[in-house]
Amino acid sequence: MSTASTFQDQSKLENSIAIPEMPDRETEPTAAAAPATVAAPAATTPTHAVELSTPQSHSAFEAGTAQLEAETASDEALEQDEVPAKNLVYKVNDLNVYYGDYHALRNVDLEIEANEITAFIGPSGCGKTTLLRCFNRMNDLIPTARIEGMIEYLGVNLYDSQVSAVEVRRRIGMVFQKPNPFPKSIFDNVAYGPRITGLAKRGQALNDIVERSLQKAALFDEVKDRLNNSAMGLSGGQQQRLCIARAIAVNPDVLLMDEPCSALDPVATTRIEDLMNELKQDYTIVIVTHNMQQAARVSDMTAFFSVDVASETDTRTGILVEYGKTEEIFSTPKDTRTEHYVTGRFG
Amino acid sequence: MTTTQQVQHVNSPETKQPFTVEDLQMNPARSNRQKAIAGVFAVTAVTSIAISGLILWTLLAEAWVFMVNVDWASVWDIGWFPRRGIYDIKTLIVASLITTGIAMMVATPLGLGAAIYLSEYAHPRVRSVIKPVLEVLAGIPSVVLGFFALLWIAPNVVGSFSANDAGSLAAAGIGVGILTIPLITSVSEDAMAAVPSSLREASQGLGARKSATTLRVVLPAAISGIVASLIIAVSRAIGETMVVYIAGGAAQTAIYTDFPTEKGLTMTAAMASQGSGTDNVVGEGLTFQSLYFVGLVLFVFTLGLNVIASRFVNRIQEKY
Repeated sequence: MSTASTFQDQSKLENSIAIPEMPDRETEPTAAAAPATVAAPAATTPTHAVELSTPQSHSAFEAGTAQLEAETASDEALEQDEVPAKNLVYKVNDLNVYYGDYHALRNVDLEIEANEITAFIGPSGCGKTTLLRCFNRMNDLIPTARIEGMIEYLGVNLYDSQVSAVEVRRRIGMVFQKPNPFPKSIFDNVAYGPRITGLAKRGQALNDIVERSLQKAALFDEVKDRLNNSAMGLSGGQQQRLCIARAIAVNPDVLLMDEPCSALDPVATTRIEDLMNELKQDYTIVIVTHNMQQAARVSDMTAFFSVDVASETDTRTGILVEYGKTEEIFSTPKDTRTEHYVTGRFG
Repeated sequence: MTTTQQVQHVNSPETKQPFTVEDLQMNPARSNRQKAIAGVFAVTAVTSIAISGLILWTLLAEAWVFMVNVDWASVWDIGWFPRRGIYDIKTLIVASLITTGIAMMVATPLGLGAAIYLSEYAHPRVRSVIKPVLEVLAGIPSVVLGFFALLWIAPNVVGSFSANDAGSLAAAGIGVGILTIPLITSVSEDAMAAVPSSLREASQGLGARKSATTLRVVLPAAISGIVASLIIAVSRAIGETMVVYIAGGAAQTAIYTDFPTEKGLTMTAAMASQGSGTDNVVGEGLTFQSLYFVGLVLFVFTLGLNVIASRFVNRIQEKY
């Protein structure tokens, strides 16, 4: 199970290894596993209703038949299994998250592939942000938070006792719901990450990183003449793109975005969405959104979460209802709850 | 229910008459009462301004008498001996600056360190114990701290590296420093706690360690509050009287010194010692008026400090 992820994309791999200060480099199995084209036993087909998915049932078919295109997967999920080997970034296995006594998220199984945009949708309180914050261990900052189960990142258990949350967050960037630039200059905001991680402290190297990051975030042309002005003077949409530039300045593998457009107007939202499509070339993106049109527009895969209310105790728990290709989630959902949600009858 | 009643009232036959301005007028009695209340508050505000003005007037009037009649050569002399007509003001200013400097050297690292610990590192349960303890420290009367400085700090701390184990400027300065620690901690902890947690998350989300987040994000964002706390502390230290009076080692008179381990008289201590014997002082030349002159110098110091402080804070403030 632990070698389920076959992270094969060489360029991406080299890119990640080139990042300095990687004490866990030795423990990263991807280097050894990279060239292998082993069909991941637990790598399920991209689309499946989670309740139906049992890893065993898939591995039973491992011998496989003809190689099928990924798009055909959904209906034949149980009939076939030889799918192209995938670049799994995240593999979530039976994850439960608690805040104190509150069971925030129950039995989540999920896999996220490299260079795709995965959207988490669902009503408030369904745990989608909780799961996102587990992906770079931001939940560690909440003293009462506790997880059970497994999240593998490139095959490494993120919550292994040897794994440092600080190192994890250097590889997995995050963009927050509300733009939160530092009260510093535009330049210093982007330079913050490279400076603290030692990527570049000053001089031309740092200037290059800042310029490149701002360009990738489609902000450079707007701010190139006032890099030393305070970031607080930018508009909300510019601030959010600055936060994206700040996140990609440390050269992460993954970008986690927690409702990045919820505080923005439609024009700024469009810009961020276009940007996500460009960034997808270089990064794996996971986005939490309340906006279903946004999920439909930008994402390749969609996970629908919901709230399960236990009738006898009236306790609420977040569950993953359905996960699959975005167009299927929105056109032919398997679960009636998903259908009700995406058609606007619930939530 | 009231709304429905009012609706009925408006629609009832007796209010069908034309609607006039009287319907919207305030009850005259109530209107008068409002004016009276406003008047009471205005009087209290004017009273405090009047008292401040009176203090300033007294200070300036007596200081003026001193400045007009004094032989200015005696204001720059060997020490502070007001009964003998020797009013060397630099003795007092230097002593005040030394005690204040020592106090800030003690209080700044301890106070700021405690604030950083409480705001960024302490577990909520630890904080709920330490904060009240610090507030108790803030509540210690300065006369008690004065005796602590004289009877414990002077022999055990200052006496350990100097021959003087009685009162000294250093002992007084350390005592004043202890007095200002809670002030610095409390004000700068408030400033750091007010930094939005979204900024800490942004920093930690980039892989910053706690120390980097504290030093590079939280402290710069809270800098105006921190500087304000330090300036309030300096004001407090320079104006502190009881500790320096008791632990400074000099009573009423002092020879000039700029050596911290020697006994000395600060501006405040000189005023207190002289003021406590006023009936003997009156009538002996300018001795009595010299007290007001020192008061004026002290006032200029603290006023200047406050002006610089507000300018500085406005200039470096980082808005979030």
